[in-house]
Amino acid sequence: MNSNSSNPIESKQKYQQYVDKKSPNSPIWKNCFNAFWVGGLICTIGQIISNICKERGLDTTTSGTIVSIILIGIAAFLTGLNFFNKIGKFAGAGSLIPITGFANSIVSPAMEYKSEGYVMGVGGKMFTVAGPVLVFGISASILVGLVYLIFNTQSITLV
Amino acid sequence: MDIDWIQVFNWMSLLKCFVVGGALCVIGQILIDKTKLTPARILVIFVTTGAILGGLGVYKYLVDFAGSGATVPLTGFGYNLAKGAIEGVQQSGIVGAFTGGVKASAGGIAAAVFFGYIASLISKPKMKKQ
Repeated sequence: MNSNSSNPIESKQKYQQYVDKKSPNSPIWKNCFNAFWVGGLICTIGQIISNICKERGLDTTTSGTIVSIILIGIAAFLTGLNFFNKIGKFAGAGSLIPITGFANSIVSPAMEYKSEGYVMGVGGKMFTVAGPVLVFGISASILVGLVYLIFNTQSITLV
Repeated sequence: MDIDWIQVFNWMSLLKCFVVGGALCVIGQILIDKTKLTPARILVIFVTTGAILGGLGVYKYLVDFAGSGATVPLTGFGYNLAKGAIEGVQQSGIVGAFTGGVKASAGGIAAAVFFGYIASLISKPKMKKQ
């Protein structure tokens, strides 16, 4: 009916070609380098906090928990202040993969949906990304525990 | 309370932590650049991988070697969950498989929920700059 209407598959392919041509060739080496040193730095800050905790006589588990809480707190507030996204744009996975990325993934969608209210907007959208992470993480841990239990009752030592 | 700052800034422990933590982030960056995986999927992959490697007893060596370099990335979160589940089973059998993981990472999860909500509340809903 319309002479302009084209075959959708063909146009999809054309669109893909167009996108591939137009999208900037992401400089993977530069990205990896930035991810490396920013990610390494965040982990090193964690290590320093952990070392201070150990010097104060706390055990490894408690120190690890304190490191997580502090890094998550910092990342959450930096995201709230619109600062973390700038780091993220520069560092890519360097700020995504450390636990800071988890905090960022909670605050970012929550901020965006603030207008939908404090319960379903902020409270609900917080888990857009963190939800799947918790679902798969906790489920995997339960499976690990169950598998360990099965192997253990057959007195085959795992670990 | 005196803190031995030489011990705190033990450069060898910090260097190992920096290299391993950075390397894990590079793996994530390669996944971002070379695949069409969304960041959310990458986070899920990292946590699940950490839990599996933790369950197999492999990730423990990386943690012993690199400390926070292995525990701060999200694989460490998965490892912590799996480690907690195994310890839970050792302590209280099948119930421990369900309680151990979350118990071990309760601090991080609770902090993420709490600080996440507070930070969202105080944030200014600024338009995203592209």
